[in-house]
Amino acid sequence: MPAFKAFGFNFIITEVWSPTRERFGALAPIYGTLITSLIAMLIAVPVGIGIAIFLTDLCPRPLRRPIGIAVELLAGIPSIIYGIWGFFVFAPWFQLHVQEPVANAVTDIPVLGTLFGGAVFGIGTFTAGLILSIMILPFISAVTRDVLETVPSVLKEASYGLGATSWEVMWKVCLPFCQTGVVGGAMLALGRALGETMAVTFVIGNAHKIAPSLFAPGTSISASIANEFTEATGDLYRSALIELGLLLFVITFIVLAAAQLMLRQMERGKGKAT
Amino acid sequence: MIANRALYFRRRLVNVVFIVLSVSAAAFGLVWLTFILGGLLVDGISALSPTLFTEITPPPGSKGGLANAIGGSVLMSVIAVSVGTPIGLFAGTYLAEYARHGKLAFVVRFVNDILLSAPSIVIGLFVYELVVVRMGHFSAWAGAAALTVIVIPVVVRTTENMLLLVPNGLREAASALGAPQNFVIKSVTWKAARAGIITGVLLAVARISGETAPLLFTALGNSGWNWNLKDAMNEPMASLPAVIYSFATGPYEDQHTLAWAGALLITATVLVLSIIARVLENQKRT
Repeated sequence: MPAFKAFGFNFIITEVWSPTRERFGALAPIYGTLITSLIAMLIAVPVGIGIAIFLTDLCPRPLRRPIGIAVELLAGIPSIIYGIWGFFVFAPWFQLHVQEPVANAVTDIPVLGTLFGGAVFGIGTFTAGLILSIMILPFISAVTRDVLETVPSVLKEASYGLGATSWEVMWKVCLPFCQTGVVGGAMLALGRALGETMAVTFVIGNAHKIAPSLFAPGTSISASIANEFTEATGDLYRSALIELGLLLFVITFIVLAAAQLMLRQMERGKGKAT
Repeated sequence: MIANRALYFRRRLVNVVFIVLSVSAAAFGLVWLTFILGGLLVDGISALSPTLFTEITPPPGSKGGLANAIGGSVLMSVIAVSVGTPIGLFAGTYLAEYARHGKLAFVVRFVNDILLSAPSIVIGLFVYELVVVRMGHFSAWAGAAALTVIVIPVVVRTTENMLLLVPNGLREAASALGAPQNFVIKSVTWKAARAGIITGVLLAVARISGETAPLLFTALGNSGWNWNLKDAMNEPMASLPAVIYSFATGPYEDQHTLAWAGALLITATVLVLSIIARVLENQKRT
């Protein structure tokens, strides 16, 4: 690990990424990975849970299967398809119809102005987060739906019998009952989002810097590796990219291991209840 | 009374808002699906042509097809599936039949689940270090190896799940007739779980046919095609996803068109495979 020898722990706290001067710091990719995943989770968790609730309790029976299958098809589409679609179709549309109006509207507002201001390109951190959220949506809704179905109907019937509304039954009875499962599913999706490569590589913009604006181009660990690995000249450059890969693996391993343990605990609980 | 009515009204209001929000969440998901498939169809169908399957990838600025990329993808997938399926099948059988509650099974299951959702780019780097660096050059073997690592956990997981669905009564009946355990597994449980296991393999094929990241550092890409397959496997090899990636990010209009055609091909393959898998699974259940 020449990169680790050369930079030590400074590797993860410096932002400079200069192949020509052989100075490498992983802060910008790490920041990009975390921030895109955060955006994705903020959008996908509520929407995914909403879809699961819709499919278990609200949807008319004949529509339940087709809608369920359609949402799961989203999970089947390969990530490179999200990438090429995001790059050619979504990013130009998003730039024209969402980013420009928003950026113009918030220029003078202090915090929002920094977050969403500046020049807009269509591609960038926020676009990457948004596309990630669509990709992980099916995972969250599938797991949530499965665990919602484990709620004993006696519990629901009892609450309805006491006069509770659908919302109260869901929020105060069902969701607390399968909390661990929902969190586990979300963690599983987070693991996906952190490691997702091709879709992000297409739309994130590949700029090795941390920009204050979410609309600005950035980079993520996986995007940096995919983009630069085959072009990396010199042992130090290559080793820096491999160390990035190691970091990514450690981060996702922790997240996924936590998710597995939570889901397993949930399964054990289910075994006891029946 | 009035306070009660206000409370009741508020509860109903919250409920309506909640229902509207969940319905729109579902609509949100469906809108994206149609948006993506629609975009893909519009740009992909106009790019389809018979030369896609007969000509090899062109240099910038000229016309051509994707024949070598399609060939590479098919070849590497076939190798990955034919190596990965037996390994996954036996590992899954071990987990479900021999060591269901053992400590080792717990560890294997845990590691397998991690592998199942590990980022594919990390798998690519791993195979790069293990195969490409040792061999000294990029090769189709390395690409097939990376895909194999992705196939195995998928097959292990579905095999185990499907074998667990086989009722214990069947196993006990077979054993009671005097069949040894290996015979029970071979002629009873595998047969009972066959549709499910095939589903797992199909899902694995669907998964690897769109994998790009691990191929970038292993099979790399190749603008030609070598019919001497023994040599071809030792050279870098083109694959559909990798070609899409390099063509789509390039500046040439002709290459963009080919990338869209390739994207449509991959999506069609994946969707058809997952629909067949789903049909098989439903037959099994009823």
